Amino acid sequence: MHRRGVGAGAIAKKKLAEAKYKERGTVLAEDQLAQMSKQLDMFKTNLEEFASKHKQEIRKNPEFRVQFQDMCATIGVDPLASGKGFWSEMLGVGDFYYELGVQIIEVCLALKHRNGGLITLEELHQQVLKGRGKFAQDVSQDDLIRAIKKLKALGTGFGIIPVGGTYLIQSVPAELNMDHTVVLQLAEKNGYVTVSDVKASLKWETERARQVLEHLLKEGLAWLDLQAPGEAHYWLPALFTDLYSQEITAEEAREALP
Amino acid sequence: MAILLSQIVFIEEQAAGIGKSAKIVVHLHPAPPNKEPGPFQSSRNSYIKLSFKEHGQIEFYRRLSEEMTQRRWENMPVSQSLQTNRGPQPGRIRAVGIVGIERKLEEKRKETDKNISEAFEDLSKLMVKAKEMVELSKSIANKIKDKQGDITEDETIRFKSYLLSMGIANPVTRETYGSGTQYHMQLAKQLAGILQAPLEERGGIMSLTEVYCLVNRARGMELLSPEDLVNACKMLEALKLPLRLRVFDSGVMVIELQHKEEEMVASALETVSEKGSLTSEEFAKLVGMSVLLAKERLLLAEKMGHLCRDDSVEGLRFYPNLFMTQS
Repeated sequence: MHRRGVGAGAIAKKKLAEAKYKERGTVLAEDQLAQMSKQLDMFKTNLEEFASKHKQEIRKNPEFRVQFQDMCATIGVDPLASGKGFWSEMLGVGDFYYELGVQIIEVCLALKHRNGGLITLEELHQQVLKGRGKFAQDVSQDDLIRAIKKLKALGTGFGIIPVGGTYLIQSVPAELNMDHTVVLQLAEKNGYVTVSDVKASLKWETERARQVLEHLLKEGLAWLDLQAPGEAHYWLPALFTDLYSQEITAEEAREALP
Repeated sequence: MAILLSQIVFIEEQAAGIGKSAKIVVHLHPAPPNKEPGPFQSSRNSYIKLSFKEHGQIEFYRRLSEEMTQRRWENMPVSQSLQTNRGPQPGRIRAVGIVGIERKLEEKRKETDKNISEAFEDLSKLMVKAKEMVELSKSIANKIKDKQGDITEDETIRFKSYLLSMGIANPVTRETYGSGTQYHMQLAKQLAGILQAPLEERGGIMSLTEVYCLVNRARGMELLSPEDLVNACKMLEALKLPLRLRVFDSGVMVIELQHKEEEMVASALETVSEKGSLTSEEFAKLVGMSVLLAKERLLLAEKMGHLCRDDSVEGLRFYPNLFMTQS
């Protein structure tokens, strides 16, 4: 008995389409997918081999980490995208950076009451190292920056603001536009600014300078000092690190001021 | 206590170990005859070790290496620099010793360099292969977009998991699950289980940063990347789980228990009314949640017309919206 040709017809059609594609030299997506699957397996083996020889290098050598990250970026690969990625699983880069992320968040949270959610990269580095303890692996500032860049995926909050020769790390979603940022950069020299400083350096009108400084005040990033000689000083606790790290007395602090 | 940089022949790192702190070993030229008096007049060793009990060695090593490369002291007036130690000098025996040490150090440096350069070489080869995969995946993604060939749903899912393994950004966003994969689906279900209790303890809402820390601290290893977490959370609602991801206007991302929004806003209004007015900090303290989320809840209540604000330099304060209720 004849089978109805429907099924056979459909298969024949597909074979025709395939043949047409092949004629034109176009490779079908399915074929490429199969090819990718094979290449993936091979790559996994290569990566395992690499890991067995050089995993230590990544763990111990921050320079090597930087090179590794740069190379990945160049070819369009993000080794930190997922904990399930090969890079993460086999080279252990993932756990290193994700844990660092947790430590960074915790430090920022702990110090937020003091600096409003703004902290220099140096201070963050110091505090993270302290928290990690003596036996933990050393981390570089580059490592911190990379971890922070990944944390941005968790929603607004984490920002990296260049000031002076370094960076301020923002850990709360305070709205900081270009005006605010440039005033922060100005404040980096002395740890504070006045309205006059802003007007003189940036050539702004009084109103603009005042608004920006008041916004920083409102967001808890700046403290107002009405007892300073001359006009009111707007201090940025985030930039206080030098004073704190020396653990000097209040008396000494006062004498040290310009 | 100081030693001239020009006295340094070579520096090397010694990693920390159990009971040992990390060290930098500084190999020195012999002391010049007119050296300043110091803690010791002489030593058997031709090196000193700097011990870093609580880190800092990476930065220190980097800066010292830079100084060793720049050798700025060679451009300075010569009152300080004495022998640069390349020619014959009084005390020939010492000179030979130095040359011997220098040679050994040079070999060691070459060997270390060789290890590193071997690692770099292997890494480069690896990257070439990885790049091929990236190109291949781009080609496949284009075909999926143009619908050339018959890609099934299953095959798309497989493709996404390949991208995940390689760390290649996913250019194809299919409807229901976005850039999530099977892995993220499983993760979403796990998260629903883990987060139920913590959410209830915190008024039904947690920021994604809080969740990230909580979950990863609990895992200890095989941690989630921030993107893993976000991708999993994006699937919560579609999978009909009792929590969902929510993004506020400010960009803040939270996980909240479903169906609680009305309740939460109503209770916020009640609390504010009881106290007359509240700032985010005051509200946060009363309710036992983070200031960030307290602010978002008050803003939400404001958006819905239940509260209105008093915004001044002293801070942002919320009042029940009497314009609405007492017209």
